[in-house]
Amino acid sequence: MALNLASRGNASPESTFDLRTQLGSLELQSPVLTASGCAAAGRELDNYFDITAIGGIVTKSIMLAPRSGRATPRMAETPSGMLNSIGLQGPGVESFLETDLAWLQQRGARTIVSIAGGTADEFGKVAAKLRVAGGFDAIEVNISCPNVEDRGQVFACRADTSAQIIQTVRRNSDNKIPIFAKLSPDVTDIVEIATSVSQAGATGVSVINTLLGMVIDTQTMRPALAGVTGGLSGPAIRPIAVRCIWQIRSALPNLPIIGMGGVRTGHDALEMVLAGANAISVGTSIFNDPMAPMRIQKELEQELRNRGFESLTQAISFAHREVSEAVIEDETGESKDESERDWDFISE
Amino acid sequence: MSVGASEGANSGAIQVNGEVLDVQRTGKYFLMSVTAPGITERARPGQFVTIGIGGEESSMVLRRSFAIQGVQARGMYGGTLDFVVSPVGKGTQWLTKLRRHDPLNLVGPLGKPFTLPTKPVTCVLVGGGYGAAPLIMLAQALRERGCRVDTIIGASTEEKLYGGLDLKRVSTSLTLATEDGTAGIRGRVTDGLIDTLNSSKVDVVYACGPMSMLASVAEECTTRKIFSQCSVEESMACGIGVCMTCVLPVIGEDGVTRMLRSCVEGPIFRGDRVRWADIGTIPEGTWGGEGLRSWR
Ligand SMILES: Cc1cc2nc3c(=O)[nH]c(=O)nc-3n(C[C@H](O)[C@H](O)[C@H](O)COP(=O)(O)OP(=O)(O)OC[C@H]3O[C@@H](n4cnc5c(N)ncnc54)[C@H](O)[C@@H]3O)c2cc1C
Ligand SMILES: Cc1cc2nc3c(=O)[nH]c(=O)nc-3n(C[C@H](O)[C@H](O)[C@H](O)COP(=O)(O)O)c2cc1C
Ligand code: FES
Repeated sequence: MALNLASRGNASPESTFDLRTQLGSLELQSPVLTASGCAAAGRELDNYFDITAIGGIVTKSIMLAPRSGRATPRMAETPSGMLNSIGLQGPGVESFLETDLAWLQQRGARTIVSIAGGTADEFGKVAAKLRVAGGFDAIEVNISCPNVEDRGQVFACRADTSAQIIQTVRRNSDNKIPIFAKLSPDVTDIVEIATSVSQAGATGVSVINTLLGMVIDTQTMRPALAGVTGGLSGPAIRPIAVRCIWQIRSALPNLPIIGMGGVRTGHDALEMVLAGANAISVGTSIFNDPMAPMRIQKELEQELRNRGFESLTQAISFAHREVSEAVIEDETGESKDESERDWDFISE
Repeated sequence: MSVGASEGANSGAIQVNGEVLDVQRTGKYFLMSVTAPGITERARPGQFVTIGIGGEESSMVLRRSFAIQGVQARGMYGGTLDFVVSPVGKGTQWLTKLRRHDPLNLVGPLGKPFTLPTKPVTCVLVGGGYGAAPLIMLAQALRERGCRVDTIIGASTEEKLYGGLDLKRVSTSLTLATEDGTAGIRGRVTDGLIDTLNSSKVDVVYACGPMSMLASVAEECTTRKIFSQCSVEESMACGIGVCMTCVLPVIGEDGVTRMLRSCVEGPIFRGDRVRWADIGTIPEGTWGGEGLRSWR
């Protein structure tokens, strides 16, 4: 990785812009990542752009054993989005370590390994295998998968089950490895879940996973997906993602957040950064443009420059400034307290 | 490398901005000729391209797939590519409304091409509807290798037959079949295929068309121990191998059934390897299929 990150100050368009970001102990040269399940293990995308030039690759969620996934049809296009019901098809952790992770390591890409499981025990075992193998930068825990011991309820829909999974993964991982809990937006109070996983040992959170949706094929007059329901992704869900990031950032000012959900341009990425995301994952947009992560990284840099930011870090959570820093000053430079501010509209 | 192109390191697929040169109605279909610098030089018979639909702010976020019908690698436009569009839905209808000089974003060539024989053998090509399109490029390649090429194309009705003129030019013989008898023999392409297989010695059968047609072609060939290659059409979200939507059950060399991605491990599969009757299911014994049953 030979990117020059030295430049500071009034960056001219030619000089390198400081896109670095910090996710707990992990420093990335850029905040732009691929979203799990939308980039496989990076190899195919490396045909379209240099995968070592973006922040990193988040791999498809891997489980303990090989998995066939669900029957087809597995997808349906929806307005500005799509539904998917892949069912976590994958080769199992052993094969993943030998082929995919080994390749990513040899390629020199920053790698966040996404893991999944049907039970807490399975999550623990996958984490333990990763710990032995090493050679990755962080773990993303996909807790939006069905709990086989609880009628297929997803772990992510309750604070206690979410925390239980994170605790198990934490216990089976190297202390120094950052762990991100991938949250589902299909909950009443996402802040409650974020708080509980953070207390359970998560370094940060990834928001958002897909929303549960459904399409009925009016030709066959049956559900369009073999799995009946599927996960909604793409630009259609972006405002929900921005809201989730905003709420979590408001409640947990220091929690590292990887934001995702419908990011198609650098402008969209900036929106999430302003809402509080420390990094951005690009998912469905890759299907539309295999070069999307690289393009979005360049566009984000330009969007930041255009607004006079000197680094990415300055822009993170910038949209919160009125809420968290708002201190209204009168002519004397003294700040008014909360109660006085409420009366501003009648004061001269 | 052409401007705006990003080259794939090992797959050879690239993303390019092209331009529409011509849109021509033929029966129920539209033949589109576009510039696709860089893709044309690499394209081989059986491969496909994906096309972005509706421009950058489109609400149709998924690309649409089209088989490559033919390429002209050089010429005044620096490489042109032909494909045929059947306007079945909103994406394909948007495409057919494009006019000369409209911009188009293409990714390709994608997928595995047809495997070509190394000897001048006898080949039968079977096309259903617009599935005849990739057979044009294939027939050319086979003839260049000295193969005999007997082509059979069919559709429900004459208007839905495609590529007859081109295929007549590049094939040794051409048979037409329509279910309503408006052109050629009355019946299905597979009826024509069975006649050919029964009356002459055939080494390889290549097929492209609806899944039900492919299933019967494969069955006829497999029971006669004739090598067949079928180009499948599965819904694809990415077309480049990263999303896992386009899978179907295929038996491997080791006898094990796996859910393979038709965009990168296909769209050309050996007819005797695909579990045609089980498409749309995870058949018993599929690699990694056990975990699924505990899910729902
Ligand atoms: C490898 C391959 C080669 C193809 N070659 C051709 C060709 O040469 N000429 C041609 O006219 N068509 C071809 N098709 C089918 C073509 O891609 C679909 O008809 C088209 O995507 C439909 O888009 P739509 O927006 O009009 O329909 P909609 O029904 O609105 O499409 C909705 C979604 O479903 C997907 N979809 C719908 N039908 C199909 C289908 N039959 N196959 C795959 N995806 C589908 C679309 O891509 C889109 O994501 C090919 C498909 C594949 C997979
Ligand atoms: C086809 C597909 C497969 C996905 N697979 C996974 C997965 O394996 N693990 C996971 O945590 N998220 C998975 N996701 C969710 C994405 O990582 C992401 O959270 C979501 O799609 C929202 O982002 P987007 O709108 O940019 O796609 C998948 C999404 C899609 C569309
Ligand atoms: S269409 Fe995405 S893997 Fe084949």
